Amino acid sequence: MAAGSTYTPIATQTLGSAAASVTFSSISGAYTDLVLVTNMAIATVNGSIYIRFNGDSGNNYSYTNLYGDGSTVGSVRGTNANKTYISWYVSRNTALEAVSITNIMNYSNATTYKSFLSRGNRASASNSPGTEAIVGMWRNTAAITSFVITADSGNISTGSTFTLYGIAAA
Amino acid sequence: MPNTYTLIASNTVGSGGAASVTFSSIPATYTDLLLNISARSDQSGVNRSFKVQPNATDITAKRLGAEQSPMITYSDSGISLYLPGTGATASTFGNTYTYISNYASSTTYKSLSADSVNENNGTDSGLMLLAGLYSSNTAITSLVCTINAGNFVQYSTFYLYGIKNS
Repeated sequence: MAAGSTYTPIATQTLGSAAASVTFSSISGAYTDLVLVTNMAIATVNGSIYIRFNGDSGNNYSYTNLYGDGSTVGSVRGTNANKTYISWYVSRNTALEAVSITNIMNYSNATTYKSFLSRGNRASASNSPGTEAIVGMWRNTAAITSFVITADSGNISTGSTFTLYGIAAA
Repeated sequence: MPNTYTLIASNTVGSGGAASVTFSSIPATYTDLLLNISARSDQSGVNRSFKVQPNATDITAKRLGAEQSPMITYSDSGISLYLPGTGATASTFGNTYTYISNYASSTTYKSLSADSVNENNGTDSGLMLLAGLYSSNTAITSLVCTINAGNFVQYSTFYLYGIKNS
């Protein structure tokens, strides 16, 4: 690829203090796909990280999660949910060791529902470590112009980083 | 437009193969690293393995894999990623994508995300999802890819990219 010309940082946020959520707004429609990279922790062992698009909290989301923690393989599925997850299993730890990479495809078109693929990871030994893959969908044809990332329980920890990149096809 | 996705270095294995490939003197000027590998082993069998070591150190890992069925999960160190051996269909190379977040930090441990696949239109193949942790506050300045036995064959490729968030 031509270096730098098709993979552009849109915005990055580093939490200076613990927060319940992180918002990316006014997302340009100039790209083909979005990539969200997070390096984070949650201050409770029972937290997951979910996402909502364009402020929609209706029951318009679904997801399927596949995970392995070194001893157990599992899958979780939700339909007609009011949120979908970018990291369901592996964000539950206070150390800044959870990494997720979320690819949101064709986010700016106005004719199809929006889906994404997320990979979550945390290899540390305590509190629900593991690796996971999540497919999520938002049943709405509107272009994605904003999203909010929220912890199910507790706050996202200080120092957590969130970077949104745009990928352009040309 | 900012230069945010930059090839740092690449390596294509020559005739005779190579037991390891090293990227050294990695600059700290990026936010994250991405290592893309296309490789094949010269050893027997369909699913062979190799590992990626930051600063020549084994990392701990949680792995989720599928070869046929059922699915499997591991907790281990000195991580194993897939590549095809000589028992796989000729000319097939496995692909591995490794993302290393915040690699230059001197205050946190470094987390890795890797996807490794070996598909060869045969009765056996492999897919591995991996979470890795380099348990050190030391910035990552080198990456070593080492095959568990034998050599990476000729035409195996290794591309290291740097990604900046600004």
